[in-house]
Amino acid sequence: MSAAATAPGTPETGDLLYTDVEDDLRASVRALVDKQAPWDAVLRRTDTDDAVDTDLWKRLTQEIGVAGLAVPEERGGAGASWREVAVVAEELGRAVAPVPFLGGAVASALLLGTGEDELLAAVAAGERTAVLVVGATRGAGRPVPVTVERRGAGDLVAGTVTAVVDAVTADVLLVPVSAGEIAVVGADGEGVTRTTSESLDMTRRLTDIVFDGAPARIVSGADVDHALQVGAAVLASEQLGLAERCLADTVAYLRDRHQFGRQLASYQALKHRLADLWVAITQARAVARYAARCAADGSPDLPVAAAVAQAHCSEVALLAAEDGLQLHGGIGFTWEHPAHLFLKRARADALVLGSADHHRSVLADLVDLPA
Amino acid sequence: MTTTEQDGRAPLRSVSGSPPDAAALAQRVEEFLAEHDPASTDAAEFLRERFAAGLAWVHYPAGLGGLGAENGLQTAVDAAFARAGAPENRPRLNVIGLGMAAPTILRFGDDAQKQRWLPSLWTGEDIWCQLFSEPGAGSDLAGVGTSAVWDGDAWVLNGQKVWTSMAHHARWGIILARTDPEAVKHRGLSYFVVDMTAPGVEVRGLRQITGEAEFNEVFLTDVRVPDDQRLGEVGQGWAVAQYTLMNERVAIGGGTLPRESGAVGALAARWREHPEAHTPGLHDRMLRLWVQTEAARLTAERLGQQQAAGQPGPEGSGVKITYARLNQECASLELELCGEDGLRYPDYTERRPEVEDYGSRDTGWRYLRFRANSIEGGTSEILRNVVAERVLGLPAEARADKDVPWKDLPR
Repeated sequence: MSAAATAPGTPETGDLLYTDVEDDLRASVRALVDKQAPWDAVLRRTDTDDAVDTDLWKRLTQEIGVAGLAVPEERGGAGASWREVAVVAEELGRAVAPVPFLGGAVASALLLGTGEDELLAAVAAGERTAVLVVGATRGAGRPVPVTVERRGAGDLVAGTVTAVVDAVTADVLLVPVSAGEIAVVGADGEGVTRTTSESLDMTRRLTDIVFDGAPARIVSGADVDHALQVGAAVLASEQLGLAERCLADTVAYLRDRHQFGRQLASYQALKHRLADLWVAITQARAVARYAARCAADGSPDLPVAAAVAQAHCSEVALLAAEDGLQLHGGIGFTWEHPAHLFLKRARADALVLGSADHHRSVLADLVDLPA
Repeated sequence: MTTTEQDGRAPLRSVSGSPPDAAALAQRVEEFLAEHDPASTDAAEFLRERFAAGLAWVHYPAGLGGLGAENGLQTAVDAAFARAGAPENRPRLNVIGLGMAAPTILRFGDDAQKQRWLPSLWTGEDIWCQLFSEPGAGSDLAGVGTSAVWDGDAWVLNGQKVWTSMAHHARWGIILARTDPEAVKHRGLSYFVVDMTAPGVEVRGLRQITGEAEFNEVFLTDVRVPDDQRLGEVGQGWAVAQYTLMNERVAIGGGTLPRESGAVGALAARWREHPEAHTPGLHDRMLRLWVQTEAARLTAERLGQQQAAGQPGPEGSGVKITYARLNQECASLELELCGEDGLRYPDYTERRPEVEDYGSRDTGWRYLRFRANSIEGGTSEILRNVVAERVLGLPAEARADKDVPWKDLPR
């Protein structure tokens, strides 16, 4: 009968459900991705040099406008929010779609805090693709080491950044050159060498970038840490979508396959593993939704929400992919089955934008639980 | 349910047919408080009047303590009464009554039964208990053996119940008993309300691993129960009991909590107070439990939002599994942080604990008490079956008891 008291330090939760608009957006993205990038097409692409599905990306950005969702209309975007971005991330994670959505989201978060409105509008429209040039494993809450420096009169940059995600097809590179300053560099211009290597996650390849006197425009007021927090929130939703896909595929397989004259899904040892996974995924959805809503509303709790979301969703997606492969048995270990696409993405995602351990360490400071 | 004629508080009643919204409820509470000053009104009288005004549980029908309002509007009403310093209706002592017996009476009781039991239940004047589990029927509740035999005048109950919270305070008990041992077990059950003061009802404390006796065993010897204390049809007891238990899962697993409330709160407090106990390994466990608890909290919040939006999800079972594990792991880590003091225990003397906040108890006590969290109200193993079968649609466990009369089952 007494009301639930709200202790000091408990931020307002906000709406964790999906709106009708978000449901519609999800349906649009799913319909397009299912048609354009089913898993066997994604798998075939990994054997080619075209690591990114540029055709799918063009349709996602131009037909649905996924790159401009969090950008206000007056700045050239769709005027939605990071909540909608997160829903798209769920769908793209579900399909391990090889498109530069995550990198674009981080770049947009960064540009939103600057006066770079022309570039922001071009990115929002899908006319240009930008990426924040930091190592893939850098996460919010700790300073990103600056390995690229300004040269000459300050309008040339030199240095190296390794293991950048979503830089394969980027045409604009946003390079931290000091705290609060980024260099805007044309990816195809002189003095820039990009080397894309084979990557554990074949659907999101890493690029090493060497700058050797590359012309740059210096922009100040860039909040890299905030962009990485927003990225963490978006990535959590990607991990959620991936985990749900793994669970659904595994449930379907265990219902279909019989051994010892019984459906595999009738064995309690397997049922309980799937039940535990389902429970973990309901939690992943709650923390991912909360992080997205904190990003959307500019909540001061975003640093905590993003760290919690990454610390949790990284492990849930990995569990879903690893258990999914295990429960598929031998077929799951073959190249011709999609389980490895999800495993490789989940394993990589658990490092991208900071590992779960990184985010727990950040949380230790944020919530006063020191070592 | 139509408004009752005998009630004279017309201004507080729904005048039109449509249920009140949040603003209308807030106004009714304000008007009620203006007429009944909590500071000067007798507590029992205040609660009876609040029930009569339909501000007890606003989603209940008019005439039964409610106004037919939306379920989600109750929180604001409770908060307004709490702010005004209104008396409480013993919600912790009567958790079984409010959370489980009441919805079951509302769903399965006839008008006379609702009028007879709901008012004094809500006000806390009558405490209720639940007589379901037996020594031979825990997870397999439909196997209960307590018999109810019609002797032409009343049902005569004989048997033994166990793990009965509040039985030593209770005036009434909801009981599941076997009325037809010849039938297959789920079909031979009926559901009654037992007067706990009736002859033949004996309540004994049941000592548990903490040393105290929080629960009871209840022995029933030729206890006579009139037929007007039956809820639902004869043989329909299992359906009624399932409805009761559905509400239990909500009561135990649901609800929203502040950040760092519950077991992790005590753990975090000790962590901050005792830096000398920190090690890298313990730090990692501390942070993992903090993250998992925050994830569980947000999951419960989301579940609450779904329910408020009329989309009840199956997440309740999952929330209960999770909180049980987190309580256990948090208390265990906290005990480890206590070092030498963790080896001491305050008192194993058998006694009756008052209903109280677990947070005020010693670490060792909580470590022991939380072991029950994954057993009481549905074991975590049974709940995993529930999730697997009802949520994921996986095949049910093989059953050996489906087509056999209860009396012929091995036990």
